[in-house]
Amino acid sequence: MSATTSAVSVPTGATRVRKPRLGLSSTIILILAAIFFLVPLIMTGIFSLWEGGNTYGFSAYVLMLHTSGFWYSFFLSLRLAVETILLSFVLLVPAMIFVHLKAPQLRPLFEFISTLPFVIPAIALIDGLTTLYTGPSWLISTPNYLVIPYFFLALPYGFRALDVGLMTLDVKTLTEAGQSLGAGWGRIIFLLLLPNLTTALIGATLLTLTIVMGEFTFASVLLFHTFAVFINDTGQNAITEAAALSLFSFVITWLFMLGVLLTGRRNAATVGGAH
Amino acid sequence: MPPTAGSGGLGAILGRVIPWFFVGLFLLFVAAFLVAPTIVLMVQAVTGDHGFTLSYLASLGDYQYRVAFQNSIILASASALVGLIFGALIAHAILQPGAPGWLRSIVTSFSAVSSNFAGVPLAFAFISTLGALGFVTVLLKHVGINIYAMGFSLYSLSGLTLTFSYFQIPLMLIVITPAIEGLRVQWREASDGLGATSAQYWRLIGLPILLPSLLAAFLLLFGSAFSAYATPYALTNGNIQLLTIDISNVLSGNVMSDPQIGAALSAGMILVMALVLVVYSLLSARTAKWKR
Repeated sequence: MSATTSAVSVPTGATRVRKPRLGLSSTIILILAAIFFLVPLIMTGIFSLWEGGNTYGFSAYVLMLHTSGFWYSFFLSLRLAVETILLSFVLLVPAMIFVHLKAPQLRPLFEFISTLPFVIPAIALIDGLTTLYTGPSWLISTPNYLVIPYFFLALPYGFRALDVGLMTLDVKTLTEAGQSLGAGWGRIIFLLLLPNLTTALIGATLLTLTIVMGEFTFASVLLFHTFAVFINDTGQNAITEAAALSLFSFVITWLFMLGVLLTGRRNAATVGGAH
Repeated sequence: MPPTAGSGGLGAILGRVIPWFFVGLFLLFVAAFLVAPTIVLMVQAVTGDHGFTLSYLASLGDYQYRVAFQNSIILASASALVGLIFGALIAHAILQPGAPGWLRSIVTSFSAVSSNFAGVPLAFAFISTLGALGFVTVLLKHVGINIYAMGFSLYSLSGLTLTFSYFQIPLMLIVITPAIEGLRVQWREASDGLGATSAQYWRLIGLPILLPSLLAAFLLLFGSAFSAYATPYALTNGNIQLLTIDISNVLSGNVMSDPQIGAALSAGMILVMALVLVVYSLLSARTAKWKR
């Protein structure tokens, strides 16, 4: 018996040897790419540990955690991200569901709208917003005002994720079944459709979180102290701390994007946000 | 009996009104905070103290703004080209049959992260590396290579192009992978069987098929770099002539300019981006036809 097993396993081993190897040119390209992408991260790491001269240590990180601006700006960005996600749930999710359900003829319009944030650069949108809205102060003088442009920044990803999610769902049948059982719109959306859209929504939510946590343009022009603005201000006089913050920011992006990838939506993680 | 099941009556009316309420709410929000600001910009760009005027649009031809337009277009094209070439090469390398699966998933995940890693942290990562006091700069100086004396500067267009590549290459990789995966193995086999070299295969079969996808990807990359503000601002502290930086300088009152100049610059950017998107969707429609 054992002889047969070994006899069978030999050819499998042989085919494995014959499996094509990665060519030389491909290997060189991948090594060069690894150098280009890893060196800046490693150098940022070393820089963040530099304490002047030849001493290295964690003082930049300790200082970072003890700066009041760090926690203030971090939680401000986090709060704005959550608010942006909530606004998307109120404005975009129901509208998309009803368009798929009741007015498919409006879908091209929604698709067009979802490309507008790409056509209108962030700096142009903020120009337009500040020109048009000079009040009321409850709207424009608190950081919450940023949620409006952030909603548009996140719109393309939210639209794409929901559109794909709703396409694969048989929304009409699900809704009719719900209605014939006497469920109202609230129940249909919350108990029937949203649970079926979970993966799509998690992907879009994490991507929104990533984009808002790193967003600089709107906040900087409107003079609100979000996390990216804090990193930039820190970099003006404390470059090692800025390096520590940049690495921290990369880790955050990494964690969120890992979440996007783990939820299994390969296509959700496409075009990057705030460059 | 659930209250909504009451036929006719309030439930039915609500059932008909609620969907339109939410669709209308979304459209109203878009109209108020996205469309209206854009229209206001366009109107402001052609309105002076005495009504309609083209003088602000004409002043975009001034030397300062012409340079900004040129720089923005050079930076966007150069970084898109670098992203296009290296993104496609890396995508091709990891899609080889010999590439191990773990390598493929590492490259894919890393692309998802680094295409979203931009702005201020990216700028500082490159300042730590290739800035005037960056580690690689200092290291190279120790071995006798002074890159700053040789004309390189991280705070110039070439430095910005290099920094932008950090998100452009992964972006390209993500965008082009489906197209490269779409190249059928049989085409390569048929070409090999007929005695064609690898170069002939790519010149006569592979690249012509990929061309529309490559052009579409180029436009996407061009757009992402053209409208970038955070990365160049953090890298140069606002000391570089780019459209986005000029607009923010007008907005924050850093330069003595009429707000109409800012509006005209913004309108110009939107025009370029609209053109990019129109050509992009035409190309995408073409590739979609190919795939069917």
